[in-house]
Amino acid sequence: MTDLTHLTLADARDALKAKKMSAVELTEAHISALEAARPLGAYVLETPDHARAMAKASDEKIAKGTAGALEGLPLGIKDLYATKGVRTTACSNILANFVPEYESTVSSQLWRDGAVMLGKLSNDEFAMGSSNESSAFGPVASPWTPPNWSVEKARSALVGDKKGLLVPGGSSGGSAAAVAAGLCLGATATDTGGSIRQPAAFTGTVGIKPTYGRCSRWGIVAFASSLDQAGPIARTVRDTAILLRSMSGHDPKDTTSVDQPVPDYEAAIGRSVKGMKIGIPKEYRVDGMSAEIDALWTKGADVLRAAGAEIVEISLPHTKYALPAYYIVAPAEASSNLARYDGVRYGLRVPGKDITDMYEKTRAAGFGPEVRRRIMIGTYVLSAGYYDAYYVRAQQIRTLIKQDFEKAYASGVDAVLTPATPSPAFGIGEKSGADPVEMYLNDVFTVTVNMAGLPGLAVPAGLSADGLPLGLQLIGRPFDEETLFSLGEVIEQAAGRTKLPEAWWA
Amino acid sequence: MSVDQATVRRIARLARIAVTDEEVPHLEGELNAMLSFVEQLGEVDVTGVEPMTSVTPMAMKKRVDQVTDGGYPDTVTGNAPMTEDHYFLVPKVVE
Repeated sequence: MTDLTHLTLADARDALKAKKMSAVELTEAHISALEAARPLGAYVLETPDHARAMAKASDEKIAKGTAGALEGLPLGIKDLYATKGVRTTACSNILANFVPEYESTVSSQLWRDGAVMLGKLSNDEFAMGSSNESSAFGPVASPWTPPNWSVEKARSALVGDKKGLLVPGGSSGGSAAAVAAGLCLGATATDTGGSIRQPAAFTGTVGIKPTYGRCSRWGIVAFASSLDQAGPIARTVRDTAILLRSMSGHDPKDTTSVDQPVPDYEAAIGRSVKGMKIGIPKEYRVDGMSAEIDALWTKGADVLRAAGAEIVEISLPHTKYALPAYYIVAPAEASSNLARYDGVRYGLRVPGKDITDMYEKTRAAGFGPEVRRRIMIGTYVLSAGYYDAYYVRAQQIRTLIKQDFEKAYASGVDAVLTPATPSPAFGIGEKSGADPVEMYLNDVFTVTVNMAGLPGLAVPAGLSADGLPLGLQLIGRPFDEETLFSLGEVIEQAAGRTKLPEAWWA
Repeated sequence: MSVDQATVRRIARLARIAVTDEEVPHLEGELNAMLSFVEQLGEVDVTGVEPMTSVTPMAMKKRVDQVTDGGYPDTVTGNAPMTEDHYFLVPKVVE
């Protein structure tokens, strides 16, 4: 029998429907796989009892003919999503013992449709990072091994400090690693500046950040509320389309969630892209971009052209300002959102001689260095005398970035094609120097999309010379995720399904 | 613009995060690295540009001003580090 953990989500769904296997069997296979993969660190909490009970209920529903769209499919949930009665930490010490009394809207929709929860997945603390190294639970190792490393070398690093093994990207590093390693059929993730698309690109998986407002943010730990969006990571374009349909939809509890019907995204898979106009933004050809990323990008355009799309060069002149503007807007919103962690209503509390002392000691002990740094920069740019020079200016530049895209779309462009990341995955510990900006540059191609509130899909498009996955990004019009799925499928078919690594860690 | 050590301490105070003497010079360097990175925004002409307030144009949703939830104080205070009779406890703030 084929390994059930290597099925695509769509194939598993069809096999369950045809009663070729049971949801319990499928779930048991995943529970064994994730237990054997503990050293990778993808899961920060395993919930096998939950999973077994849900799978049993799914089998009963399948037998009765009342199965939902995701019935019996085992998923991992990013630890930023509040799960009722199941510890939710945002991978921060300040929430180390937090057990929510409520369920996030998006995860509740997955359970409504019959999905099975395997556990909670690691992420950068409060989703602040691009490597998953800032998780309070420690780094997550990518299932992809560094070029020229033997299995023995990788195994010995894995039981040690993991240094030199590859990062899975971040902040949704646990989600991407788990999907790539066959530890779930799909995973939830969130994206504030690239946190779905960059880890998907680093691990040879598919991830989509939908349009701002498409998924409810209710019950997801807030980082930067005007940029945060939920979305799925899975092994194929089709699988992400299936998951996104369940995750999307209007929620009265999130005032920014949009009241628009949710299309059947899976129906967009295989739709012709003939006659579509694809924009290639010249400003994305950044200084020092590697030849192989450039070649990958050209190859992606050729594939779409061969499928009948028209390729046009476009200009998005404010591209280079997106990342610096993001590093004002996101920390400003984070400093405000994270003010709630004060040791009073929930989370860690460190006693102090008075209330201010208690706040200060609690927050110093509970937040890791990257989170403290971002709260402080956010506090600074919002403080009296600096607000106009930094924050207002950044929001004006955000308007200009959005207008760049609007002009491109008004000229008839249906979607924009770019690289997903400037490089393949780097090593754990490699970018932990004194300059935080070095890490931030990972998101140079993805962050514009959050600033403009647009949908973005990262799809594997090939391997680097060293054999590591590389991804392309498709950016769409607001609420036109369907076009991205159609185009993404064409690229995926042309590149061939990425052959994911064998389980060297088990 | 850049920050000095006194400013780092002032920001930490505003952010309610305790910093040690050893941490201040590191934070000074890191915050200045971020500030010098965002410096390039100064070269953009933003005259007459509206600052973005909502990335997806939409009318503000409104609802009737009435109580729609509540009545479960055990749940509300369930995760609090210190409570008494459904009150959150904090160190004494008034003498």
